[in-house]
Amino acid sequence: MAVKIMIPTPLRQYVGKQDQVEVEARTVAEALSNLASEYTELRRHLYNPEGKLRSFVNIYLGDEDIRFLQKEQTPVNENDVLSIVPSIAGG
Amino acid sequence: MTTATLAPSSELSKDEILRYSRHLIMPEVGMEGQLKLKRAKVLCIGAGGLGSPLTLYLAAAGVGRLGIVDFDVVDFTNLQRQVIHGTADVGKSKLASAQESLRDINPNVEVVSYETRLTSQNALQLFVDFDIVVDGTDNFPTRYLVNDACVLLGKPNVYGSIFRFEGQASVFHARQGPCYRCLYPEPPPPGLVPSCAEGGVLGVLPGIVGCIQAMETIKLIIGQGQPLIGRLLVFDALGVKFRELKLRKDPDCPVCGTHPAITRLIDYEQFCGIRGEEHTSVMAGIPEINPREVKRMMDEKQPFVLIDVREAHEFQICRIPGSTLIPLGEVPKRMHELDSATEIVVHCRSGQRSGRAVEFLMKAGFHKIHNLKGGILAWSDQVDPSVPKY
Repeated sequence: MAVKIMIPTPLRQYVGKQDQVEVEARTVAEALSNLASEYTELRRHLYNPEGKLRSFVNIYLGDEDIRFLQKEQTPVNENDVLSIVPSIAGG
Repeated sequence: MTTATLAPSSELSKDEILRYSRHLIMPEVGMEGQLKLKRAKVLCIGAGGLGSPLTLYLAAAGVGRLGIVDFDVVDFTNLQRQVIHGTADVGKSKLASAQESLRDINPNVEVVSYETRLTSQNALQLFVDFDIVVDGTDNFPTRYLVNDACVLLGKPNVYGSIFRFEGQASVFHARQGPCYRCLYPEPPPPGLVPSCAEGGVLGVLPGIVGCIQAMETIKLIIGQGQPLIGRLLVFDALGVKFRELKLRKDPDCPVCGTHPAITRLIDYEQFCGIRGEEHTSVMAGIPEINPREVKRMMDEKQPFVLIDVREAHEFQICRIPGSTLIPLGEVPKRMHELDSATEIVVHCRSGQRSGRAVEFLMKAGFHKIHNLKGGILAWSDQVDPSVPKY
């Protein structure tokens, strides 16, 4: 399935300044893993050293937080939109 | 605590009716809504980028009592976005400067200044006298502190946050919906996410996000419209895209969940992994060198290389003569350009990024290597004041 991943502005520097990246995946985990394999500098911003998705980076499928779906095992369908929403604190 | 003006509360004067006429002629606000605004007590945390538009608009709208917590002094780098302060205010306390602007905009508003750092010791006491708290802070520990104190007291927390070109806004009201911890249970480890001072921010962005916070605050006060409770608004200034995401209350939330583990305020610096001085915590075990020492090495023509690990656009702002630019991200693939037998001094803006570069290079086998303490900022202070600071 081709899914779109929306990249937030702070992370665009790691994906060649694109605002969205399309990847092939069946689950959220696969989509993010494929994204991080393609853009290796992004990896440490998404995953901790143990390979777990970082807790201050939220992932949404459409407008729903995957933590309230099936987390990373949430299946994705053709044309689904995933969003990465990192915690920011500036003021 | 200093009080600017004492406002009577029960009704509007003739002058106030004229002042608020554009509100009064809308039935959604009207006399009832304007009186609610006049009776409202709002506490703003921070008089910076978000706090500027926020307090300006809340004062203009006629919020009766406006508390502001800040302990900072206005400096030149603030003026690009903190529009409540002017050039003549540089060096003044932000609260004195803000109070002056707000009094001019609307003398009917009682501005209460709390010139202090918000802490676990004073937060509950400060918040208890206000109806709504607005979070315009610039760091993770204070954001978690504001959230927890609001949850414990049952007060709505109007949230806004910015970074570079990205903005977020929501209303956390744990009695009716999720809180900040439901959204982000944990903060990033220190050093991974740069602050606005390190990463920059487009000056208009806090204007947009702060105005959204002001709007949400006013809606809560007058009881109109659909507040951002249970919704996260995400703004991409580059694409001019506002997106709305669902926020759900986490039943396992440590502060607002069904079995909360946090029942009183904690140590938020510790929770966010920050202890002591920002610089020393990251720099433990990294050899440092003072700017004057480097200058002496230059004057004595000692052999060494000076590596600047900032970005190319920063190199264009200013540089130390004789330095070679290798941006931090390129260090791994370009370290073959360096000779481990030569003395190496690494610098950046403030010494943070160069510390990481030195740490990396030491692991890669470079031992004659030093971090320039305080970066090019310290170089400007101690060696060459003609180098501009940014």
